[in-house]
Amino acid sequence: MPNRVHATNLVAWAKDHPEVVVLSGDLTGSTEIAEFKAAYPERFFSLGMAEQNMLSWAGGMAREGYTPFLHTFAVFLVRRPYDQLSMSVAYPNLPVRLFGFLPGITTPGGVTHQAIEDVSLMRGMPNMTVLEVGDATDVESVLDVAQAVDGPVYVRMLRGEIPRLFDQPMQLDTARVLSVGRDVCILSSGISTEEAMRATAALVAKGVSVSLLHVSTLKPFTDRRILEAAGRATKGVITFENHTINGGLGTAVAEVMAENGVGAPLTRLGLRDVYAHGASRPYLQDEYGLTASALVREVEGILGDHLDIDPDDLLPGSNTELPAIDDTQLEAL
Amino acid sequence: MTDRETTDLDTLEALAHDIRRRVLELTVNRGGCYLSQAASSADILAALYGSILQLAPLPEALDAPPFEGVPAATGAVSPSGGRFHGDQGPDLDRFLISPAHYAVAIYAALEAVGRLASGALATFDQDGSTLEMIGAEHSPGFELTTGSFGQALSQAGGIALARKLRGETGRTVVFMSDGELQEGQTWEGVQAAAFYELANLHVYVDVNGQQVDGLTKDVMNIEPIDARLAAFGAEVARIDGHDLAALATAAADRQHDDRPLVVLADTDPAAGIPLLEERKPHLHYVRLRDESETERFRAFLETMEREAV
Repeated sequence: MPNRVHATNLVAWAKDHPEVVVLSGDLTGSTEIAEFKAAYPERFFSLGMAEQNMLSWAGGMAREGYTPFLHTFAVFLVRRPYDQLSMSVAYPNLPVRLFGFLPGITTPGGVTHQAIEDVSLMRGMPNMTVLEVGDATDVESVLDVAQAVDGPVYVRMLRGEIPRLFDQPMQLDTARVLSVGRDVCILSSGISTEEAMRATAALVAKGVSVSLLHVSTLKPFTDRRILEAAGRATKGVITFENHTINGGLGTAVAEVMAENGVGAPLTRLGLRDVYAHGASRPYLQDEYGLTASALVREVEGILGDHLDIDPDDLLPGSNTELPAIDDTQLEAL
Repeated sequence: MTDRETTDLDTLEALAHDIRRRVLELTVNRGGCYLSQAASSADILAALYGSILQLAPLPEALDAPPFEGVPAATGAVSPSGGRFHGDQGPDLDRFLISPAHYAVAIYAALEAVGRLASGALATFDQDGSTLEMIGAEHSPGFELTTGSFGQALSQAGGIALARKLRGETGRTVVFMSDGELQEGQTWEGVQAAAFYELANLHVYVDVNGQQVDGLTKDVMNIEPIDARLAAFGAEVARIDGHDLAALATAAADRQHDDRPLVVLADTDPAAGIPLLEERKPHLHYVRLRDESETERFRAFLETMEREAV
């Protein structure tokens, strides 16, 4: 499985982007930018544990022609310095790229480290573009997508071992159509897509007609593919996200369905307006229903039909775990 | 005439008087304004615009056309308020306003030095004008949007670092108020500016000891400011903020070439407008309460107008 994709990809990509500077909030190893620091020390700036200053500082550098790439945990980019992000970066529509790591329940770090409402907050911020990666190819290609945007971009980022699910690069406001069907439409984002792909394979094997789309742009949200897939679904639409169901993918889908008169029942799967807690990712995925099995059960409920899919029938997941402790301190929280 | 040539103290004194008079006139006409901010900072702003700042001259005073739009990727966007400070250049200073509640004093200063078209101040706080009550980056003199306090210094740090990386010799000058020193971000900003040895970053603080709820010493003490800033790595000069000669030369005697400079200018929020004395310590926004008070302020305005002649 691909490992530490961003670490090597950023170094290669930044070679042709001299305008890019990397800002770190004391999480250099933990956000896979130690390699960038080693390769381009003159373009690496340590701002310490002072996120309010880092966000405003980035605004200042962006006004001077640099493109700051901020790296820290998503909670410390969005939740902690929200006003600075809004007033020093988003309001002036500056080209600042925000790489927020540890989305949702991907970290055992508990409530303080789990970004569960970041998409909601960023969707509500004018001028902000919101992206989320779901595989190694997304992680690699999100840099070009983000850098082409005239304004600030929030990227919900992954680190460590990441499955490679796709071979074509991510494109802005363009969902990946992974399955086309007429019974149910599943719209997934981030790490939930791998689980959705496993569920879809099992459902299709049982004769269910399933649409599955991987959504990597959460704002803007004008992709016709999403409406078309939702409009085809005769039994229901399901959104599946590693985020609270309020304000994220599920809400975005509800908005465009309602605005366009798509009347299928909508089920929003994700964290149900609760904070999470510290535990392993598989444990938390089980607890909050973010697994392929949980998705299958939801589809069964919508269809009113027990499909007799045994968990052992599901394709194996990547079951990603962080690599062994090394000097990059990737395990550091 | 360039900014550098208007250095004699009489001229600066006249300029400070002019700033106070313009804001007092607006206060009388509107029945209220951010008057004490103008009273405390007029000398600082006069020294900055009249002597300290090296800004590109403008061929003529600029108009302030109506608001067009906020920054966005598409659609009409109002031009930057920074254009009132002239074209930018590597050897020129940048002047960044932190306390946006001082906007009226900034507009008055720009009008007084001939950078803002005469009469523009009359559109202050009128619907559709960019001379907003609490300025944003479309407002004359404002390069940054700083109404949420404590953010300008960090943004200025990013700008000063970028200019240092490019080898520019011009300074990045920030005007701050003392109440902002209560914001934690201010100290993050000083810490980072010291860490990156931004000697090109100069900060002038109007230490008027006032904030919305009253005296800073009663609301949330910030003293000893000079010792605190020095401990955070800044070079600190503390001066009388109404001493124009001291203001004009505060940056001249640097002891360190690797520290940001903070000039703490101790001021009186009733300076030049003694009628404000009786309203202390509630001076954040001066609302004229009745006709007799308005008449007393109007009479004082007439005195100021005679003095200016």
